[in-house]
Amino acid sequence: MRIGVVAESVAGETRVAGTPSTVAQIVKLGYEVVVEAGAGAGASFPDAAYAAAGATLASRDAAWSADVVLKLAAPSQEEIDRLAEGATVIGMLAPGLNPELVDALAARPITAIALDAVPRISRAQSMDVLSSTANIAGYRAVVEAANEFGRFFTGQVTAAGKVPPAKVLVAGAGVAGLAAIGAASSLGAIVRATDPRPEVADQVKSIGGEYLPVQVAVEQSTDGYAKATSEDYDRAAAELYSQQARDVDIIITTANIPGRKAPVLITAADVASMKPGSVIVDLAAANGGNVEGTVPGERVVTENGVIILGYTDLARRLPNQASQLYGQNLVNLLKLITPAKDGQLVLDFDDVVQRSVTVARGGEKLWPPPAVQVSAAPAAAAVPEPSRTPERAKRVEGGRPWLRVAFWSLTGLVLLAGIAFTPAPLPQHLTVFAIAVALGFLVIGAVHHALHTPLMSVTNAISGVVVVGALIQLAVPDWTVKVLAFAAVLLVSINIFGGFAVTRRMLAMFRKAEK
Amino acid sequence: MDTSWIAPVATGAFIVAALAFVLSLAGLSRHETARSGVAYGIAGMTLAIAATFGLLIAGLPATDAVIGIVAAVIALAIGAAIGLWRAARVQMTGMPQFIALMHSFVGLAAVLIGWNGYLYPGAIPHELEGIHHAEVFIGVFIGAVTFTGSIIAYLKLSERMKSAPLVLPGRNWLNLAALVAFVGFTVWFVIDPQLWLLIVVTVIALALGLHLVASIGGGDMPVVISMLNSYSGWAAAASGFLLSNDLLIIAGALVGASGAYLSYIMCRAMNRSFISVILGGFGIAAPAKKGEEEEGEVREASAADVAASLADAKSVVITPGYGMAVAQAQYPVAELTRVLRERGVDVRFGIHPVAGRLPGHMNVLLAEAKVPYDIVLEMDEINDDFASTSVVLVIGANDTVNPAAAEEPSSPIAGMPVLHVWEAEEVIVFKRSMASGYAGVPNPLFTRDNTRMLFGDAKDRVEDILRELASVRA
Repeated sequence: MRIGVVAESVAGETRVAGTPSTVAQIVKLGYEVVVEAGAGAGASFPDAAYAAAGATLASRDAAWSADVVLKLAAPSQEEIDRLAEGATVIGMLAPGLNPELVDALAARPITAIALDAVPRISRAQSMDVLSSTANIAGYRAVVEAANEFGRFFTGQVTAAGKVPPAKVLVAGAGVAGLAAIGAASSLGAIVRATDPRPEVADQVKSIGGEYLPVQVAVEQSTDGYAKATSEDYDRAAAELYSQQARDVDIIITTANIPGRKAPVLITAADVASMKPGSVIVDLAAANGGNVEGTVPGERVVTENGVIILGYTDLARRLPNQASQLYGQNLVNLLKLITPAKDGQLVLDFDDVVQRSVTVARGGEKLWPPPAVQVSAAPAAAAVPEPSRTPERAKRVEGGRPWLRVAFWSLTGLVLLAGIAFTPAPLPQHLTVFAIAVALGFLVIGAVHHALHTPLMSVTNAISGVVVVGALIQLAVPDWTVKVLAFAAVLLVSINIFGGFAVTRRMLAMFRKAEK
Repeated sequence: MDTSWIAPVATGAFIVAALAFVLSLAGLSRHETARSGVAYGIAGMTLAIAATFGLLIAGLPATDAVIGIVAAVIALAIGAAIGLWRAARVQMTGMPQFIALMHSFVGLAAVLIGWNGYLYPGAIPHELEGIHHAEVFIGVFIGAVTFTGSIIAYLKLSERMKSAPLVLPGRNWLNLAALVAFVGFTVWFVIDPQLWLLIVVTVIALALGLHLVASIGGGDMPVVISMLNSYSGWAAAASGFLLSNDLLIIAGALVGASGAYLSYIMCRAMNRSFISVILGGFGIAAPAKKGEEEEGEVREASAADVAASLADAKSVVITPGYGMAVAQAQYPVAELTRVLRERGVDVRFGIHPVAGRLPGHMNVLLAEAKVPYDIVLEMDEINDDFASTSVVLVIGANDTVNPAAAEEPSSPIAGMPVLHVWEAEEVIVFKRSMASGYAGVPNPLFTRDNTRMLFGDAKDRVEDILRELASVRA
């Protein structure tokens, strides 16, 4: 089959759906690739490089008449009409936001695939174009902010005095937010981040940010995106944002909810409370904006001298790599739908990924697809201590609850009967036993995985404590007993000494990397 | 000499020793405190033994007390010598069988103590006799199961016995019958304590231990070992009940509970039911050979190819399995890690919870070879990073990296959490041959587009790569 890489027609679009390196990979999959002349110019990919990668350069008409057309932005009506009958078009169609586009695509006998509709499951990560675009946008947001900001990001002590570091607040720690946190903290700023999902706290910390929790219980997300949340939460979050707005120099907001208008996080009053010269970058500008006063695509200066950037083209400002990443996402999708690597595109609707991305086929509208549950939705975690509790939470929710209840009731009854109805020393023993078992579970609960073997050899040595019993039996006036006890002491002391010695040997080997 | 003060002091010392054991286990849960944990354990044990000697000394000058003290010193000295000698000599790859053997000692000791409790019950009030007899039985039973179970585990792990599961007809009924017989005989023994009953129950328990572990395949050994660890604790606790000694009860319960919790963690990692493991023979549905032919072709790589890939890689993840232990490849792997890190490659290890034959086995091997532990990560810590990894080296692992578990609902190992190595740009699989892993499930990873196979002994091949790498300029 022939694959066409066409030039983008939207004004200001600098990216392209195929780069020389991705074209070479598509050729390897058995396809014939046609690239519209000049398609890569905006992203600094000369036509010659495409030719060298094995593509044929052709006119706009020839590229659009290919069996499969690779695009970035959604096609216009004129472009949809150009598609050959039975052709496939792949691009970022945003089907959830553009019902008319979906209808227009379904009106023609073509197949339309929306790369931005890839479900967020780990298998599909390599095609998740939203992630790769968000990553670029997050990075670029920091660069744009630095450009507008009249100060250093990093703090310095110079001969001419001390310069304090910039304070940056990143709202939303998704892919874009994390990229922004990483970029800002590597420039030396103090970075704080907010997100309704407490489980991202560790990720924020790992790239140099400080996580600011909003202290309200949250609904667990099942699709990997943060959900719109309850009123209580909104109130607490609003307070947090107002408080932070007064303090920080730069705010980067990244709160996009797929298929809906973006929530307003920073009110006009918050903006008014910021210091003159502060910068806000609103990455949700295209979806309505997280900041009151954002104008999509524009740079706005408020009365009190705060700059609000509502650029919607951040990814286009890094066209070369944005194209490369997008192109690679496309190649990964093509790999999936070209199972035999013979240049024949085959869609398998039993596969959730392939089903989810297909918006229309042969005149039939296939949007929206059936819901996909993210394979590894993290377990619900309590808000105050997000890092510790998931283990427990997972344990409680799994399994058959009645079995658990029955088991513990039975254990309780046996214990009760044992303590209530047995003669003298046994009740005390049972009490001690029960407490020790509970203690054992508690103490061992958080053991580090790497220490399982040493733990086992130490517990093995400790269970050698039966030596106490055997030692006492040695002094019993009965020779059979003495001999048996002697054997027991001997065996168990091998255990005790061997167990402790081997544990020490193992622990001596564990070490951290020298710096 | 007045020795009446010794007994109460010894009781106090036992409680302090029990506390030291609690601190020991608590310390062992983190790297920073692990060594002090061992120190607490040793202190507790020293205190316990010293207190027991005090009790023996209190019995002086009776002849039996003298004999007892002399015998105790001799037995402890011999045991200590053997224990320290073996502990210093044992290879880290042989750690699973070493620990299994140790468990069997505790089990046997519990049996002997139980027998002694029957042969010389001491002064027991009449109303407690029935309970005493029941305690003898329970102690002997748990001890004997632990003993033979550990012996079988030892034989399987040291490859003196075939590791394939033994499948007897009606095996679950056999286990159940043994348990029922045990309960029945216990009641009988409480009413009429005959020696032959004790012998019969000992034999039944020994046989049950044999059968429980013999019916479990070698691949499930991490669970078995921690299960036996738990049993050895319960055996110690049972001895404590028998001897009316709180220290034994506390220490035994601690060990029993911690072993049970470890088994539980292992089971969850393998997506198996905890209950069916405790009852043994949970490999039931396992290695029926699948008739499926492996589709697709396998691409082979040479050591030079792999060296070239590694030299260009930005990040490398190594996922070792039992094969690395068998080939003793941890030293060259550690060397490879060092060389790559010096070249600026980000090298990390991804350890599946059930890799190897012992919980944490891989961590111990890598630590032995001086791989820094902060680059050795658990499955959950690293699974999301594979997509951004340049090269994954799968060394002697198979089922734990099988994409079928995540992607094919019909696969026998479906639902088992696995390392998502296939998401990386390139995967190199070190393997002796194309055989299936322990679960007997074909591995589609081997035929993936981004996978190349490097056949041969893992140790030799890693050494080849190191040689080739030396000739590739950084």
